[in-house]
Amino acid sequence: MRAARLTARTWPTRRRRAPDPWPVAAGALALLVSTPVLGVCAALLTPSREVWRHLWATQLPELLGNTLALIAGVGLGVGALGTALAWLVTMYRFPGRRPLEWLLILPLAVPAYVMGFVFLAIFDYAGPVQRAVRAVVGPRAWFPEPASYGGIVLVMTLVLYPYVYVLARAAFLEQSEATLEAARALGLSRRQAFWRVALPLARPSIAAGVTLALMEALADFGTVAIFNYATFTVAIYRVWFGLFDRQAATELASLLVLFTLVVYVLERRLRGGARFYQRGGGRGAAAVPLTRWRAAAATGAAGLVVGVAFGLPVLRLLAWVAIAGTYDPRYAQFLGATVLVAALTALLAVAAAVVVGYGVRLSRQHLVTGLARVAGMGYALPGSVIAVGVLGLLAWVDAALGAALHPLGVSPGLWLTGSLAGLVFAYLVRFLAVSSQTVEASLARITPSMDMVARSLGRSPAGVLWRVHLPLLRRGLLAAALLVFVDVIKEMPATLLLRPLGYETLAVRVWQFTSESLWEAAALPALTIVAAGILPVVVLVRESARPVAGVTSPAPRG
Amino acid sequence: MQSRLVRVSWLTTALLLAAAVAAPGARAAGGAEVVVYSARIEQLIKPMFDAFTARSGVRVRLFSASEAELYERLKAEGSSTPADVLMTVDVGNLWLAQQAGLLQGFQSAVIERNVPAHLRAKGNEWVGLSVRARTIVYSPERVKPETVPSYESLGDPRWRGRLCLRTSKKVYNQSMVATMIKTLGEKRTEGVLRGWMANEPRIFASDTKLLEAIAAGQCDLGLVNTYYLAAIKAKDAAFPVALAWANQKDRGVHVNVSGAGVTRHAPHRAEAIRLVEFLSMPEAQSLYADVNYEYPANPAVRPSALLAAWGPFTADQVDVAAAGEFQAAAVRLMDRVGWK
Repeated sequence: MRAARLTARTWPTRRRRAPDPWPVAAGALALLVSTPVLGVCAALLTPSREVWRHLWATQLPELLGNTLALIAGVGLGVGALGTALAWLVTMYRFPGRRPLEWLLILPLAVPAYVMGFVFLAIFDYAGPVQRAVRAVVGPRAWFPEPASYGGIVLVMTLVLYPYVYVLARAAFLEQSEATLEAARALGLSRRQAFWRVALPLARPSIAAGVTLALMEALADFGTVAIFNYATFTVAIYRVWFGLFDRQAATELASLLVLFTLVVYVLERRLRGGARFYQRGGGRGAAAVPLTRWRAAAATGAAGLVVGVAFGLPVLRLLAWVAIAGTYDPRYAQFLGATVLVAALTALLAVAAAVVVGYGVRLSRQHLVTGLARVAGMGYALPGSVIAVGVLGLLAWVDAALGAALHPLGVSPGLWLTGSLAGLVFAYLVRFLAVSSQTVEASLARITPSMDMVARSLGRSPAGVLWRVHLPLLRRGLLAAALLVFVDVIKEMPATLLLRPLGYETLAVRVWQFTSESLWEAAALPALTIVAAGILPVVVLVRESARPVAGVTSPAPRG
Repeated sequence: MQSRLVRVSWLTTALLLAAAVAAPGARAAGGAEVVVYSARIEQLIKPMFDAFTARSGVRVRLFSASEAELYERLKAEGSSTPADVLMTVDVGNLWLAQQAGLLQGFQSAVIERNVPAHLRAKGNEWVGLSVRARTIVYSPERVKPETVPSYESLGDPRWRGRLCLRTSKKVYNQSMVATMIKTLGEKRTEGVLRGWMANEPRIFASDTKLLEAIAAGQCDLGLVNTYYLAAIKAKDAAFPVALAWANQKDRGVHVNVSGAGVTRHAPHRAEAIRLVEFLSMPEAQSLYADVNYEYPANPAVRPSALLAAWGPFTADQVDVAAAGEFQAAAVRLMDRVGWK
């Protein structure tokens, strides 16, 4: 951001006229999307002292500790695993690399709560693995407890590493061969070149991926409920549904926003202050073939991750479907409904991310950047909290609309809360961070000198966006759209609350069965969700493997 | 290339937006139908609704979500709500909805005849339709049933390390503690719970997992809702877990109800009342027994054979509304004693 502001100052001077529309549009859009989040934070203005006192005396310190521990564990896990896999797959050649490249993204299609209950079903005391161990070793055999801190960190790492993997891989692929060759020519070994050149250059992408993973871990309720691991989100639900106190629950949720700020600050530190533009084409470095045991180790490691993170849950689900396949003739309708709302949200989320990202790039003000950040915080809040905030907002709008139109004799009833518009808006509030982070990471790789050249050749800012940036951002935009699409089809709490009457999606079907512990029956809709997510993932990988068209940078920046 | 992409994107967006705006919404106009907001999942309630439609010709439109979500939605929709009936699987949320003014009472001789007074609200704002007990389950190989006659006996030191409990987050446990507070008072209930916690119980996220753990030998006894054990026994009659009715010598075993209420701004009030009445009648009540292994609220209807095999039991006659009234106190108490 420092760099963008630096550039803005050197753009051709303009005569005084109306404020640049881009930052204004970006700010307005960000403000609209932030409204539910701001509403949640506003609850802190009227604290419920009694509830806080009770929580502090009973569980708050433990909850805070647990949440911090979870963030630390998951952050390290996804960062290390995602980056290592991305590097392995882009820089080396080994048997099975081609298919493994996209297979490693597939865990993204598996919802975290599905992975959670499959993991426990397989590894807990009454499950097949421990039973086999007891049969072989004896009834008192020791086995690590799966419903523990280690278990939940493992499950979340396996589910969330694709965010880091996708973004880091895109960054490594776009790294210019010239940069790495220069590093090698100056005497660095391959390993040193990785640690001292490639990794720092990929920092914004890795940081963006880790941020997304951590926010999703913070907001998660399904998985922590299954593991009975008490995080902050658990306290929110307890106060809301147990103490019947929505006001206090909202105050707790606003603390989650505080956690997110911590995560953002960490991300800034991870990014560092360096600039990330590179000289030379984004053809990516040539892959080095691995020999014998190294190749076997590489294939084995990558294969193991795919097997555990994707193969295991899918096989378990297939087995359940075989036992109790509850095929419903309305399945095509459920699938259609899910895909429709996910596709719509993905398109809107990407458009919004571009507007906001570009507005931030053009603007010199902290205000726009700040609003953009707040707009992204919806990702760290549980879906239920966002949904209730959106519900309140839309109900108010509907009531106001009704009051305004009443004299005209028109009674619109529930115009917003009863339609898809409310649901899509809630998804946008929840998932804007996903498209925003991805687009921003891609935008950060485009050198501002390109903007300067285009402006000096007579293009308006909009023209620069349209003719110069968007073609370069194509890969990032596609990644953003597909990530949002997959996130929406997995989403459950907001869908349950805000969907129109009669609009049933696959996630709703999964909820129906899991709420009554009917795991076998839930397997078919869960499997369909995974299948619906696989296609976008495959498309994403194929698109990102193609080189970026004709990128040559002008005179090097000092 | 780019302009083609642009045109396709615009076209797609336009189509999607059109589809979205045209999607179903707002109140359905008149007609013979009733809209139900139900926390009871479709699979378990559809047979009753189909029977209702066959009998009365009124179509039932179902919207299912968790109880808290239904409550928030009803509150936000206010007088424009399309919902006629609210159905939940725990009485706490029905009581809460009544307190929040979301339900309306009605007079009905049918309801008064079919549902005992302690299982419904005074003015029929909500009506209990099926009963479930939360009682002691144990492994018959390792535990003698005479040693666990009551909830309080679970605090006996001999059960240290052998007790399993479901998480305090689940409303069934909260309701159980709430009725205990109403009957025993908070101090005595705290004593009972501290006794349980002193035995270092293993905590589970679901009753089904708890039952599986007892069968596998991870623990020896616990507390579950009757229908979970019934569902497993229906598939596997040899499942090695048995059931003991708690507190038969004093107040009786804790029961909870699933029920329904007519919403305050119901657009189809008459049909809604008909539906609730139908659900209390023997035809629907026996479906409750068969589909979800619950005890019918209507005393004239026999429970299913599987449940009848467990024998008759004395149920706590305390007003089930206490489960809602004392829920907040119960949650705080559970927090204080450290029940996770």
